[in-house]
Amino acid sequence: MREVAIVSSAIHQVEALTFTTDVQLMVPLINEARDAVGLTQADIGFTCSGSSDFLAGQGFSFVQTLDAVGAFPPIAESHVEMDGAFALYEAWVKLQIGEIDTALVYSYGKSSPGSRRDVLAVQLDPYALAPLWPDAHAVAALQARLLLESGAVTAEDLAAIAVRSQRNAVGNPNALRVSADVTVDDVLAGGVVADPLRAADLAAEADGGCAVVLAAGDRARELCERPAWIRGIDHRIDAHGLGVRDLTRAPSAALAAGKAAERAGFAANDVDVAELHAASTAQAHVLATEMGLGGTGGSVRIDPSGGSLAADTLMAAGLVRIAEAARRVSGGEAHRALAHASSGPCLQQNLVCLLEGE
Amino acid sequence: MTVGTLGERTAVLGVGQTKYQSTRGDVSIAGLVREAAIRALEDAACTWADIDAVVIGKAPDFFEGLMMPELFLADALGCVGKPILRVHTAGSVGGSTALVAASLIQGRIHRRVLTIGFEKQSESNATWALSLPQPFSVSINAGAGGYFSPIIRRYMARSGAPELIGCMVAFKDRQHALRNPYAHLHQPDLTFDQVVEAPMLWDPIRFSETCPSSDGACAMVLGDEAAGDAADGPVAWVHGTAMRSEANNFPGRDEVSPQASRDAAAEVFAKAGITDPRSEIDVVEMYVPFSWYEPMWLESLGFAERDHGWRMVEDGSTNLDGGDLPVNCSGGVLSSNPIGASGMIRFAEAALQVRGMAGDHQVDGARRAFGHAYGGGAQYFAMWVVGADKP
Amino acid sequence: MTGGSVDPAPLRADLVIEYPFTRTTGPVVGAFMTGLRDGRIVGSRRADGRVFVPPAEVDPETGDAITDIVEVASTGVVETWTWVDPPRPGSPWAQPHGLALIRLDGADTPMLHGVLVDSAADMATGLRVEAVWRDERVGHITDLVGFAPETADGAAGEAAAAEEPVSGEPVRSIRTPIRLEYDFIPSAAAQEYLHAYAEKRILGNRSPIDGAVFVPPRGVDPRHGVEATEMVDLAHTGHVGNFCVTHLPIPGRSDLPTPYVSAWIHLDGADIGFLGLVSGCDLDEVRIGMRVRAVWKPDDELGATAENVRYWEPTGEPDVPVDRAGNRAWQGEDGDHA
Repeated sequence: MREVAIVSSAIHQVEALTFTTDVQLMVPLINEARDAVGLTQADIGFTCSGSSDFLAGQGFSFVQTLDAVGAFPPIAESHVEMDGAFALYEAWVKLQIGEIDTALVYSYGKSSPGSRRDVLAVQLDPYALAPLWPDAHAVAALQARLLLESGAVTAEDLAAIAVRSQRNAVGNPNALRVSADVTVDDVLAGGVVADPLRAADLAAEADGGCAVVLAAGDRARELCERPAWIRGIDHRIDAHGLGVRDLTRAPSAALAAGKAAERAGFAANDVDVAELHAASTAQAHVLATEMGLGGTGGSVRIDPSGGSLAADTLMAAGLVRIAEAARRVSGGEAHRALAHASSGPCLQQNLVCLLEGE
Repeated sequence: MTVGTLGERTAVLGVGQTKYQSTRGDVSIAGLVREAAIRALEDAACTWADIDAVVIGKAPDFFEGLMMPELFLADALGCVGKPILRVHTAGSVGGSTALVAASLIQGRIHRRVLTIGFEKQSESNATWALSLPQPFSVSINAGAGGYFSPIIRRYMARSGAPELIGCMVAFKDRQHALRNPYAHLHQPDLTFDQVVEAPMLWDPIRFSETCPSSDGACAMVLGDEAAGDAADGPVAWVHGTAMRSEANNFPGRDEVSPQASRDAAAEVFAKAGITDPRSEIDVVEMYVPFSWYEPMWLESLGFAERDHGWRMVEDGSTNLDGGDLPVNCSGGVLSSNPIGASGMIRFAEAALQVRGMAGDHQVDGARRAFGHAYGGGAQYFAMWVVGADKP
Repeated sequence: MTGGSVDPAPLRADLVIEYPFTRTTGPVVGAFMTGLRDGRIVGSRRADGRVFVPPAEVDPETGDAITDIVEVASTGVVETWTWVDPPRPGSPWAQPHGLALIRLDGADTPMLHGVLVDSAADMATGLRVEAVWRDERVGHITDLVGFAPETADGAAGEAAAAEEPVSGEPVRSIRTPIRLEYDFIPSAAAQEYLHAYAEKRILGNRSPIDGAVFVPPRGVDPRHGVEATEMVDLAHTGHVGNFCVTHLPIPGRSDLPTPYVSAWIHLDGADIGFLGLVSGCDLDEVRIGMRVRAVWKPDDELGATAENVRYWEPTGEPDVPVDRAGNRAWQGEDGDHA
């Protein structure tokens, strides 16, 4: 496997980007990520992005956003209708071929103009599920109740995850739900949004975007003092139907973690930090269990940025997790890091990226 | 073994297509994609268990009103516990989906990958799904035809092409389609005069020079060198791939022959070791949703000199019967257009030709074929060259 | 990240994505819908006897087709639930309701549907429920109004429904309308552009790299991927860079008689074209390079919209040469294939 590293990143997340188009959002982010390593678009071997037409309310929405890259002269480029973490995977694959040495990955999502929880119902089985419009909060709640009633966690455990996220988010300029002194009791006193989930159990919806530059081998070492090497990356999907799988589990997360670990040569839980892409505290618990990250008292520091619970940009949250994890490695705060991205209802699809410093 | 910078040698092991038609009323969305996928598996002598990963592509999710359909289709594509990627690069998506799948082999991530493009356009309406009105924008450009008509007008003015060249392409592709059982349009009684006399929609584009709206899916199984070597039947080897994109509207843009098109062609032919495409390529499947794009792309891709592409149409060079460079022997996009699959059909038909498996529309002795797709405002390009011989 | 000032009363509009999708079902989903129409619930049975409800077309574990259709009971048990209040906009329910995964008797997998009780306090895992059917059924998941706590006489509703004659033809397609609403707010650059129209001004953005002027202003130079925030006033004259004679009506534009000419208008001082209607002459006279000027609506009809320019009419000036018209104006030549 060819050595590939994350050498720079840029993140911007806010509650609502009211007067800013996707292009205007991404221009500064893409430039920030390229400038940080002294690259122009002409130096980039492959560009890949992720976004959603249904989120944008516009077909071919990514075509306009290409304007943010500066795609002339023409560029080698592709787009996935998925979270940017999967765009990063595609770029990593292209780098494996050996044809190019650098790649730019970006993704963005602006859910504030619509009702994100209802838009996501359009992901579900279009015959027997979507016509009932089960919204994303309700679907997450069905999963959370199964988890609670299985005895695996208590409401206090979930509240502790919310507290961890809000406290870790202190100092993260991109986090929306931040508190240095929130307590489990505070969370439990909050109103129920989708029984049994409280507001603090559900990821804070954010508009925003993320750009990441990848480089291979010595090129990465030239560009960056301490590249965050992608030692292993893998993604897997589970069955779609909510009734055909055990919603208290996420087998595809465990499988992806295992496959990534095989490539990396170290276990997925042999890391210093982990950034998780969860839509709820219950999902954060399921993921930690599947990947053996231990509970709140474990040795792996989970969601040092606050994770997606503190700021969740649909289509970018997974790429943001990878960027945040890479920053811990490049900054010297962590030697090894795990980043996770997810797609679909109840953690149907999962990607795991294992990073390591030199 | 590496070959230049192409990575692992990659082979097309199997191809599967559905019958293309206005409404595939007999199947669900899952049923449609499985029809193509299972045929590709059978052609490749594979089972679901042999497939390491799936790459699926389609145009906007609005067509089926199903957001990120790879989630719903994971079960139908035998993908549970496997990786699946969903590509969307506008009209070129079928081609770029195949190229993402190929990169998984070239990068030595997987040994066998199933790739599929589909569209079930009958669930909604193409005009609606392709151009949802946006507030505050003046809506006066009726769909893709309205967009491409001026570019065709520019080509006609620049090249001095006779007015009926487009009709000749349309008639030729509909004749070719009669020899492809999967084609949507089968018009055995169509005459050239009828093509010419068809109503003008977006002058200079006649109704007869546009593509239909189809339901359909096309799939391929790609494999690594060992899988290609182990195949009992003929495989198609990937000799070169290229993708290019450029911005939509900027000063100095050549809309007729976008630089992204020329750059991608230069790269794919260089990778395949081809210096004279006209003589070294035996058969072409290119993305021609409006008839005039055949001569335009022939020039842009280097099969013809600038302003001379129309002469190849006029003298029958691109005809399956007697032409030296048959183009769109399957009937092309003009005869079948499930948008998300249309690019992959081009790539798959190119593979069928060099495998000698194109049936009644086979070009005798085809050894090297070119597959092509484009999308957006002629901004997104995906291309490959496949050959009967290992590169 | 935004260009220019923002009007205190920003423009905004409802963007509605709406379509009555028609879904063909194929045999397995069709069997489920046919069953619902006839007041019965069916699933699909795998070789090992596991019954999926709603019927799975494909075995998720093997990818193999499942075609064996079996009927299950219309009664079952709640496996997990939540409470939906307020009801969601597109859903079939007008009142707050439970939403649950319900495993029907005879099924091995639960199905999702509504539970019709008064409050969350009436919901519980393990609750026995029975189907509540709509009187007029068409073969749709909403033929089930939902599920209600099981009554003493068991599945009375189901029995009644099943006694109805089965009405022949299997269901082959269903209608599943989708309606999503978005609050569309143009970007700051677009706001400025639209507001300027009310003053009969046409604005463009100037590139900070080489001064090229883009209209409409989008706040970016797409060649270089840089912000372009400088606004410039553009002339109301220009030339036709290229055009299309459209013979088809555009959905939602019944005011446009066909055929009509839409053209790329290249304003004097701008370096790309934007779309406009050309009128005030015979269609046959429209040509690449023709000089045109804006024809504005009367002053008392002006608003913050590009529609203030009703159309573009010929000025009668000499044409711009074809090889310098349109985007070629930038390079002064018709592309470069070198």
